[in-house]
Amino acid sequence: MADPLLEVTGLYKSFDGATAVDNVSFTVSESETLGIVGESGSGKTTLARCVLRAIDPDQGIVRFRTYDGEWTKLHDKTDDELIPLRQQMQMVFQDPFSSLNPRMTVQEILEEPLIIHGIGDRSSRRVEVLDILAKVQLDQDSLTRYPHAFSGGQRQRIGIARALILRPKLVVCDESVSALDVSVQAQIINLLEDLQEEFGLTYLFVAHDLSVVHHICDRILVMHQGRVVEQGTVQEVFENPKEDYTRLLLSAIPSPDPDEPLNPLDRKSLGL
Amino acid sequence: MVDNLLEIRDLAVEFGTDIGTTYALREVSFDVPRGKITAIVGESGSGKSVTANCIMRLIQSPGRITGGQIHFSPNDVTAYDIAALPDKDPRLLDLRGGSVSMVFQEPMTALSPVYTVGNQVAEAILCHRKVSKEEAFEEAADMLRRVGIDDVGRRIHQYPFEFSGGMRQRVVIAMALVCHPQLLICDEPTTALDVTIQAEILTLIRDLQKDLNNSVLFITHDLGVVAQMADQVVVMYQGRVLEVGSVRQVLKTPVHPYTRGLLAAIPGLATKGERLATIASVVGDADLITPHPLVTLADGRQVSLPSDQLAALELANG
Repeated sequence: MADPLLEVTGLYKSFDGATAVDNVSFTVSESETLGIVGESGSGKTTLARCVLRAIDPDQGIVRFRTYDGEWTKLHDKTDDELIPLRQQMQMVFQDPFSSLNPRMTVQEILEEPLIIHGIGDRSSRRVEVLDILAKVQLDQDSLTRYPHAFSGGQRQRIGIARALILRPKLVVCDESVSALDVSVQAQIINLLEDLQEEFGLTYLFVAHDLSVVHHICDRILVMHQGRVVEQGTVQEVFENPKEDYTRLLLSAIPSPDPDEPLNPLDRKSLGL
Repeated sequence: MVDNLLEIRDLAVEFGTDIGTTYALREVSFDVPRGKITAIVGESGSGKSVTANCIMRLIQSPGRITGGQIHFSPNDVTAYDIAALPDKDPRLLDLRGGSVSMVFQEPMTALSPVYTVGNQVAEAILCHRKVSKEEAFEEAADMLRRVGIDDVGRRIHQYPFEFSGGMRQRVVIAMALVCHPQLLICDEPTTALDVTIQAEILTLIRDLQKDLNNSVLFITHDLGVVAQMADQVVVMYQGRVLEVGSVRQVLKTPVHPYTRGLLAAIPGLATKGERLATIASVVGDADLITPHPLVTLADGRQVSLPSDQLAALELANG
């Protein structure tokens, strides 16, 4: 088993008295993909954001192993102290339309993270930009164009390139393939897997689509009402779910085989 | 009596823009049989929603229907061609929300935030039938009960924001069904919902269709949903119909390379650890752009393929 990269212990977050994340603990190993699944309102996005300190958790410990192999605590850092760490943890968002600034060219979008972190000079940044662009399989002519000139799948490639140009260790994908057509989704999933292998990335993969999660993840956390109700390897959770809530989720997936009729479990009779 | 409620033939729609004409639909032909669920499946831009909007005659400038017919044969009135009706024809008022109604993807945008749900369901009745307001509200309450809203006496006076996403979609379904339409068009009705809520709404639509024995045109990009809902499937790509057949024909033994590509791209239990097929990897260098006529095969399905591939298929099928 690979070394752990991220350790979360007893994380809490509430908004105006409503608990969004309730005593969540988990570990992610290097080069692993951890899926976080659950319905809307289950706290999966809040959990991912607390881990990255995009929002501040109320309680709990988040430890992260940096490039140099040292453990650092994320939960008690000030915003200024977090800036250098942000290089090592990046995010790919759901909506490829609203997550790219429409007034910046692709060149500017991809160069901006390097400028913020003071990496390289103009010419070396140009090399980096061209390099990452090739990795996400976009043409060089893309650089002078604006986001509106691209399709949803191409925009998602730009979003991935922006996250990876800093060579992060941890990438949080928050519903990163949910807005895409199935054929484009397949391309982006393949790309994420290729890049993971090439750069040794660790993914926190937040998603509601269980078939995507089954395909891409090594382990899963199942969240319900802010709590982790079940966690395990993909095989364990899909083949032998222990909790009623997990069984409810799995029973609701419509199979593309017309001979496997949909027969969802009843939430009320399970008392959920 | 014709057993097709709707027969669409060679339907063409164009959108004129500053930079040229976009052909949104080209020679679209398929039937919607009575008492069955027909699914249109395709990716964004394939023309599924434009087709639905044509049936309701909701295509607005710069778009226009430039050719083809939509033969509509309702039970109670003489059959007519929806595509040929003038814009002010009174039959269009009966059609929209009366004999044909629609359930949209986003229940929050389909409902008005400033009227109670009872008001909105009853309004549909009051628009189409001469009944008193009290009767309309009573019918609205019955319909809301039927779509699974609990405590209707209280809920009927509430506003859409007081309902969850799944409950709102139930209200929209009640609104669509309250005038007993012969055709219910569902345009991605569960795409915005959680998988558990999706399962509930799909079950509801299927059960109500069995009870009311109406026709349903179900538009989706999700082949899992198609498999669970449809009797018949229409596969669209870039404004054209590529394959039409029963749900088993299309999903279990697809003949068009594009349909095979769509199916292969779904991450499934079998694909763990493997690369997903993309449309490009399945279709290869097959040309999807050149139009070919829809040809009916021996097993009854229709497919649009170049003649050499058709010949190979028919040989294989004997």
